Amino acid sequence: MGVTGTQVLSTSAADSAANSAAETGRPAVQIAHLRKTYGSLVAVDDVSFSVATGEIFGILGPNGAGKTTTVECAIGLRVPDAGTIRLHGLDPRTDRDRVHEIVGVQLQASAMPAKLRVGEILDMYRSFYRDPADVGELIEALGLAGKLRDYYKSLSGGQRQRLSVALALIGRPKIAVLDEMTTGLDPGARREAWDLIAGIRASGVTILLVTHFMEEAERLCDRVALVDNGRVVALDTPVNLAARARGGKTVRFVPSAPFPDLLLSSLPEVTRVERGGRHVTVTGTGELVNAVILTLAAAGVTARDVQLDSSNLEDAFLRLTGRHLANDSTTADSTTADSTTADDAAADSTTEGASS
Amino acid sequence: MNTLSLARTPTPTAPATSRLTGRARRSAFGKIVLNEARLTWRRPISPIGGIGIPVVLLVIFGELPSFHQRLSSFGGSTIFDAYVPILMTFGLAMLALLGLPLPLVSYRELGVLRRLSTTPVPPSWMLAAQAVVQLVIAAIAVIIVLVVSIVAFGASAPVSPAGFVVSVAVAIAGLFAIGLLIAAVAKTSTAANVISRLVFFPLMFFAGLWLPRALMPSILLDVSNYTPVGAAVQAIQDSMQTGFPPTAPLLVLAAYAVVFGYLASRFFRWE
Repeated sequence: MGVTGTQVLSTSAADSAANSAAETGRPAVQIAHLRKTYGSLVAVDDVSFSVATGEIFGILGPNGAGKTTTVECAIGLRVPDAGTIRLHGLDPRTDRDRVHEIVGVQLQASAMPAKLRVGEILDMYRSFYRDPADVGELIEALGLAGKLRDYYKSLSGGQRQRLSVALALIGRPKIAVLDEMTTGLDPGARREAWDLIAGIRASGVTILLVTHFMEEAERLCDRVALVDNGRVVALDTPVNLAARARGGKTVRFVPSAPFPDLLLSSLPEVTRVERGGRHVTVTGTGELVNAVILTLAAAGVTARDVQLDSSNLEDAFLRLTGRHLANDSTTADSTTADSTTADDAAADSTTEGASS
Repeated sequence: MNTLSLARTPTPTAPATSRLTGRARRSAFGKIVLNEARLTWRRPISPIGGIGIPVVLLVIFGELPSFHQRLSSFGGSTIFDAYVPILMTFGLAMLALLGLPLPLVSYRELGVLRRLSTTPVPPSWMLAAQAVVQLVIAAIAVIIVLVVSIVAFGASAPVSPAGFVVSVAVAIAGLFAIGLLIAAVAKTSTAANVISRLVFFPLMFFAGLWLPRALMPSILLDVSNYTPVGAAVQAIQDSMQTGFPPTAPLLVLAAYAVVFGYLASRFFRWE
């Protein structure tokens, strides 16, 4: 997008603050010791994390874990009881207007008037921002091209969800907050949504993704905060979280030629090397597979029949909390994610058949 | 998968954000008003209730010969003359009590207001936009009833045009404030609907829809004087037939505007 001279001249103090933050690598999102209670219910309890610019950060946990409350505080919809929140250095409470310019939000369960057309809704939201995205480009990318003249009420659940994402992106935000964006979608629509998120990130937007689908977090997120009962129980990359669940990752292979154990056991990533028949089993952490394969290749050995034994986030969550993430989390096809818990009830409202 | 070009700026030193300037703000508000107008047009409950019903009743009453007899009990004017301000007030009350609060409550229910509060535009703009749309319909309703009564049925133009405008304005202010309080306290669309009707129909009695104020027993008239619709009919009628209306009905309406407006702003919830 072109930038005119006048726009450059009208740079405000907050703009420069936000920009210098990005330049110096200050996190896009910083949350420290966030706490929020509803009466006697502690929805969020001492949550801290930061999200780097351009990162896809997942907040994963069962319904009622405090995920939605956390992001609602982050975007200024709720007032936290304690803790600090900074979005590119801006406080969502005191810098509301500027925060709303740089953060695009896709809320759980928010509908539009039934008798507005898609194009009319987009056009209206577009006028709220100073430097909005191109509607044609946006709807093309979101698969809503040709729907501009359709009434909101005639859209399918998936289309409404995509419109909601389009509205979150129409202000060309630096941070996109997507709350349960695939809940209620059929498997095909969910996979499309995942592609979409990858596409949004490719355009440089930082993404805060709230989900209770393990598979979603595993596929999309650079890092994931596992949240349970209002607390962050673990925060790492999906791969490392899964590895932590079983105390390491395992690679099993058949070497093309003999090699000494020391070749691999001396690697920092490797914790144990075992042999059984033709198979070698290596246990370790980090970039274990790369390290093993590269080291073997350098020694002229090829690893055949490579098997990765990886646990997933579901295992990690079970191990860390003793509870299952969600009854339906292992099957992305399920559409049973109704929000009936304290966490989600606040955001709950009667939509006109928003779920498919 | 198509790629999105959402990158704000090609260089990190370029401006990232700035609030909307004056013209952009007006344009944003204009877009909200435009969409509210579209919604009203596509589901024309307000225009039908606020303009359609009063005009149809006006035409029916105008066609009745007995309504055009000058009666001493009506201070020498006709029943038709008495009904002109009543039907204007009917339209205004319809718009204020049903047209204004129902969309707002449903927007809150749907999360429209909540969604809006995550944008640079405050949700109060939606309320203002809705008020603008209903205000325009109210103005059209009053003008059409006035013009039809004069042109088609030979009623006389307001004796005090300024008094007429002032009366209609304070009537709108008082009635709209009541509508906003309904929007504030009703938690669901169903509740808003019930409350609105429970308020509207008794008020129409006191406006004189079934029994014009000239025929009301004095105790009933006393009550009517202190209802917003009774005060509205009195003020509009006086401005049409005798001159600038007395202070009492104007003060009653202003009091409704202030008290109910305050309560509405106090209790209104955006989510």
